[in-house]
Amino acid sequence: MISIWLIPGIICLVLVTATIKKIPSYEIFVEGSKEGLQIAVSLLPFLLGMMVSIAVFQASGAMGAVLVLFEPVMNMFGAPEEILPLAFIRPISGTAALSMTTELIRTFGPDSFIGYLASVMQGSTDTTLYIITVYFGAVGIKRMGDALKVGLLADLVGILASIIIVIILFQ
Amino acid sequence: MVNLIWALLAIVGIVYAAFNGTMKEVNQAIFQTLDEAVMITISLAGVLVFWLGLMKIAEEAGLLRGLAALFKPVVKRIFPDIPENHPALGYILSNMTANMFGLGNAATPMGLKAMKELKNLSGSDHATRSMITLLALNTSSLTLIPTTVIAVRMKYGSSDPTSIIGATILATIVSTCAALCIDRYFYHRRKRRLEL
Repeated sequence: MISIWLIPGIICLVLVTATIKKIPSYEIFVEGSKEGLQIAVSLLPFLLGMMVSIAVFQASGAMGAVLVLFEPVMNMFGAPEEILPLAFIRPISGTAALSMTTELIRTFGPDSFIGYLASVMQGSTDTTLYIITVYFGAVGIKRMGDALKVGLLADLVGILASIIIVIILFQ
Repeated sequence: MVNLIWALLAIVGIVYAAFNGTMKEVNQAIFQTLDEAVMITISLAGVLVFWLGLMKIAEEAGLLRGLAALFKPVVKRIFPDIPENHPALGYILSNMTANMFGLGNAATPMGLKAMKELKNLSGSDHATRSMITLLALNTSSLTLIPTTVIAVRMKYGSSDPTSIIGATILATIVSTCAALCIDRYFYHRRKRRLEL
C-alpha cells in the first residue's frame, strides 16, 4: 500500500524543500496553477472531437464488425478470441478498455488465463490515441510527424508481448 | 493522417449505422459523448491546476533540476536534442516517474508541461524529435505498479491481486523498449529522406 503514501509524500517533500529555501510557495503555486487551467481549456476541442468520432464508430456497431475480421489473426498467436476486442480497443479508448477489462475479469474470474491476460494488457500499455490527442492538442501541434505510427506500432508489440509473457508465465 | 482517421471513424460509423439500423444509438452516443468530454476536461482541469501549481514550486525549489541531474545519463541518451539544464528535462522525468508508480493523474499534467517546454524550444507547430519520443514513452507507459488493474482484480475476489505485477513489468519493458526503437527507426528514416 505504498501508493497511499506516495502523493502526500511528494506534496510534503516539495513544500518542506520550498519552505527551507524560503520560496514563497503559495504565490508560486497559484502562478503555476493558472497554466493548468489554460491547458485544460485548450484541450476540450481536441478531446471532444476525437471522442465523438470514436463513439459514433463504436455505437454504430462498425467496431464490432471490424473485430470479427481480426479473429483469425488472434487465433494464430494462440490467444483466446475473447481478448481480441480489448487488444483492439486498448490504444483507442481508455474508458472502453477499462470497462472491457473489468467485464472480462468479472466473467472469467481474475485468476483465469483470460483474467491474467486482460490484466496485463490493460496495465502494460496506455491509450495511444488519447495521449496523442491530449499531448499535441494542449500545445497546438498540427503536424504530428511519425507520432501516430510509432505509438500504434509500439502498442502492437506491447499486446503481442503481453500475450506471449502471460502464456509463458501462467499457462 | 489524424485528419483521415478522425473523419473515417465517423463516416464509416454513420454509413454502417445506416445499413445496420443503429442510427438511434449513434445519435445517443454523440450527445452522451459531448457531456463525457466536458466532464473529463473538468476533472482534468482540477488535476492540471493542482499538479502544475505544485510542480512550479518543485521547479523553483530546484527539485526538478535535481531529478534531472540524477538521471542525466539515461535521459541524455533518450532525448539527445534537449539542451542540458533545460526545464523540460525535469518535467519529462517527473512524468516518467509518475507513470512508473501508476499515478496517471499526476503523469498527464507533467507530460503536458514538458510538451509545452519542448514547444517553447522549437517554436513551430511541427512535432519535433523529442516530442515524438516523449509521446512514445507515454503511450507505452512504463508502469511498475498497475494500480487500477489491481483494484479491479481485488474487487472481483482474486486470490492474489498483485500476481500480475511481474508479468506487467515485463510486458511494459518490452513495449517501452520497442517504442524507443521504433521511434529511433522513424527518426533516422526522416533524416535520410531529408538528406536525399
